Amino acid sequence: MMLITCPFCGKRNESEFIHGGPVGAVRPDPNAVSDEEWVEYLTVTPNPLGPVQEKWWHARGCGEWFTIWRDTRTHDIVEAPDGTK
Amino acid sequence: MAQSNRRAAGGRIDRNRPVRFTFNGKSFEGFEGDTLASALLANGVRVTARSFKYHRPRGIMGHGPEEPATLVELDGEDASGNCPVTTVPLRDGLSARSVNCWPSPDFDLGGINQLFARFIPAGFYYKTFKWPNWHLFEPSIRKAAGLAAAPSAPPAQGHFEARNAHADVLIAGAGPAGLQAALDAGRAGKRVFLADEGTEAGGSLLSRNLTVGGRAAMDWVADTVAELSKMENVIHLQNATVWAYREHNLMIVNERAPDQNSILERSWRVRADEVVIATGATERALVFGDNDRPGVMLASSVQAYVNRWGVTPGKHAVLFTNNNSVYEVAVDMIAAGIAVEAILDSRNEVPQAALDLVSGVTVHTGTVIGGVRGRKSVRGVRAVPKTGGSGVWIDCELLACSGGWSPTVHLWSQSRSTLRFDDDLAAFCPDQPKQACRAVGAAAGNLTLDQIIEGGEDLSYGIEPMWRVDVSGQRGKAFLDVQNDVAVSDVHLALREGYDNVEHVKRYTTGGMGIDQGKTGNINIIGTVAMQKGLPLQEVGTTTFRSPYTPVSFGAIGGLRENWGLFPYRHTPVTQWNKDNGAVMYEAGARWRRPGYFPKAGEGLQEAVNRECQAVRTGVGVYDGSPLGTFELKGRDVPRFLDFIYSNIMSSLKPGDGRYGLMLSEDGLILDDGVAFRLDENRWLISTSTGHADAVNQHMEKLLQTEFPDWQVMITTVTSQWNNATICGPKAREVLQAVGSDIDLAPEAFPFMSFREGTVAGFPARVVRVSFTGELSYEVNVAPRHMAALWDKVMEVGAPFGILPVGSESSHVLRVEKGFLSLGHEVDGTVDAYDLGMGWAMSNKKPDYLGKRSVELRRSGGGTRRELVGILADDPNRQIPEGAPLTPGGRKEATDGLVTACVWSVVHNRWVGLALLEDGHARQGETAHVRLKDDVIPVTVTKPVFHDPEGKLLRS
Repeated sequence: MMLITCPFCGKRNESEFIHGGPVGAVRPDPNAVSDEEWVEYLTVTPNPLGPVQEKWWHARGCGEWFTIWRDTRTHDIVEAPDGTK
Repeated sequence: MAQSNRRAAGGRIDRNRPVRFTFNGKSFEGFEGDTLASALLANGVRVTARSFKYHRPRGIMGHGPEEPATLVELDGEDASGNCPVTTVPLRDGLSARSVNCWPSPDFDLGGINQLFARFIPAGFYYKTFKWPNWHLFEPSIRKAAGLAAAPSAPPAQGHFEARNAHADVLIAGAGPAGLQAALDAGRAGKRVFLADEGTEAGGSLLSRNLTVGGRAAMDWVADTVAELSKMENVIHLQNATVWAYREHNLMIVNERAPDQNSILERSWRVRADEVVIATGATERALVFGDNDRPGVMLASSVQAYVNRWGVTPGKHAVLFTNNNSVYEVAVDMIAAGIAVEAILDSRNEVPQAALDLVSGVTVHTGTVIGGVRGRKSVRGVRAVPKTGGSGVWIDCELLACSGGWSPTVHLWSQSRSTLRFDDDLAAFCPDQPKQACRAVGAAAGNLTLDQIIEGGEDLSYGIEPMWRVDVSGQRGKAFLDVQNDVAVSDVHLALREGYDNVEHVKRYTTGGMGIDQGKTGNINIIGTVAMQKGLPLQEVGTTTFRSPYTPVSFGAIGGLRENWGLFPYRHTPVTQWNKDNGAVMYEAGARWRRPGYFPKAGEGLQEAVNRECQAVRTGVGVYDGSPLGTFELKGRDVPRFLDFIYSNIMSSLKPGDGRYGLMLSEDGLILDDGVAFRLDENRWLISTSTGHADAVNQHMEKLLQTEFPDWQVMITTVTSQWNNATICGPKAREVLQAVGSDIDLAPEAFPFMSFREGTVAGFPARVVRVSFTGELSYEVNVAPRHMAALWDKVMEVGAPFGILPVGSESSHVLRVEKGFLSLGHEVDGTVDAYDLGMGWAMSNKKPDYLGKRSVELRRSGGGTRRELVGILADDPNRQIPEGAPLTPGGRKEATDGLVTACVWSVVHNRWVGLALLEDGHARQGETAHVRLKDDVIPVTVTKPVFHDPEGKLLRS
């Protein structure tokens, strides 16, 4: 079980959180994209071997949604690869 | 009766407290402090088990969790299958049986397998039982090969529990290294969690006669434990195994028999800043023909029985080694009166310090075992020069072996930390940590006491590895994994057949897959592979170490979750009234307890439901709608937020008005349906279905926080802040007037789909005109503290109108008659609004809302869709099972629909149903066919509404 740092509550057990999936593409204007682009947006999510930015929800805590970078190989919570937050 | 192999004195047992137990039906006596294994050896029991596959006779080989040979099944209140005999503490009345044998390990009918041994090598089952289907053979093979069965019932007394803890340092193992680490950390003021799998602290010192600073090592242990017990910052548990190393230093500890009597086992989840792995080392078996005969034991185990339990496992012994550790064992054996006939050492040279310990004992250097005599017990061994030759037979009944020592790196490896093969120690040792952990003591490769604690005295190690005896003329199977009956020949076969990765070898041969997880034998498998392939061991590598390190009972893992105690029901203030009035209570989603129906004396379900429905259709009924999910939304951006999450337009509503709407998910499927009311400019109330309230709340929160963080929308869950009595039926208005309200109830002043605030029966109330029954309906919301009084008032005032309480069964009938959908029935994750005939709810004006594009995309492909229709069987008295399939012409073909609901309509006095049917909208008036297992029911397809299709009644 991972130890995840909530921006408000600090380090908490993974069991307090719900995984919200990897951070995908920004929602496009549905009237400005092709069918293929829309399907791509809906169905293709990042699935790298290595660091991935993920949404997590502190459901059994303060209710905050936030993102972390997690290494899919090790479950280590890591710095953003490009130094961004 | 007598404990023939018990020493006259000594051992860490209480000779004043004899303990009686039975093994395979025979009665024995041992002492408090014994394990089942030490007590059996004390009583001279030799054959304690039969092997897994070949049913060879087996004895006890080890003294701890490494035991590969004997598993027992415990009976009675200890009921548990497959316990290593060496880890069962002896207790008065204990009853145990061997596994893998019938009728007894001494006379086992399954032993016939030994005759066929050469026909059942590794992979035999995979190759043989392929046709027509493995599952055909599986049950009988499992029965023949299987271990003990799971207990048939939970423990009669006591319970399991789980506990969380935090520590600066968790130390796994209370041997010399672990105790020293605990002492250092404890003195430094750190929060220490020290857990050890043994019943007593001391680890290997418990069974060895070593000294620290000139005093007995166990005195040092006692002093250390005493000092730790005085430290408030130290938790010290014995009989508690650290069995899993999880992410981010979460350790799971299984504490058996904690002090509290009512607790059987406790599962600790400990999050530690640092983990110290002081798990010691495990002695390895040596591999030679018939190395599994009863009487063949690990040398360290013989030493443990002699010293710790005061037991001599045999009278005439031979020792066989490739390192120095057995010389000190021999000293202790001689002191216990065991005749050491010879020490066979595979090394050509033995250090003088070792030889000096055993002056007078014959030591054969450069010698290995070329054969073993005896079947149910060792009777002699053949000492052969490792260069070959015929050798000499030496009579003995005990053979103590040491193949060297493997650091117990299980936890280290579970943490993903790496291993390196150390050529000097001939062992895999901890290399680079991947989490905040370090290994100390023998687990780190410091195999002698002088390396671990200051003043400790020990003989040097001096191993020359020997993964298997490799001399010609050997007979009998040479076992690498005694528990799973995996011999050298099986590994050679696996390699010949191409399974040459060590993970493949493991799976093909099952070597290391037993309950002992190959603690004594895996290294020899790796060594055998290395020898065969001519590779260094580092390149062959180990198989992956996974938790649990030793078996953990399911009870401990389940903890308090054995019952429903942590998952309570939700009640409304009317629950007690419902029960007092004879309601049959159901769970109605989201753990809400609701009345199903209110039968009168002698009445069945259908009669009660008909009566309740009749009341709503012709008079008045009332139900408790409190569990319906309700949320108040406030803020400037609520209108555009609702426009985004509902498929229809909500922003155009005027204060006091409401609208029914559908919520879609981004992939165009229906998430929920409900109504939204505008209370004032920036305040809204929305309702969701009972079972989906949480999901809808999460859906909204996620959108607001992740997609629209700058929108001003605040969500408050008010499901339990407002309770409601929903009065429904043609006489609802009269009843509400009689209850008393300051709200103008005239239809034009308070029309359908509007909201008014005021008082009802003197209580502050929010009254909403919505209808889930199709009748005139007032949902009267009051504070929970007023709900019971309101309910009583409604029932009292409504009595002259014939008011009846309505349960969820009747609600179902009423909504089906009206064709109102129910999530989970008509909405199943494939249908969209158009399929349900609700295209009007899909706004054409809004350029975008959640799910719009996906619904368009899905429908643009054309093709037939399953659409909601009503169905009427030709026979009005024919009930159609909900969920039954419809097939073209009723033929045995792929279905073209399914029945989603079927109820007895009080309006039509017949069964009416709803169904999802391919092209259903175009097939109205036609006949479709419900196909049952033995029957076909022709049905007429109708519109999915059987009552008041124009909706005049609910607007009245």
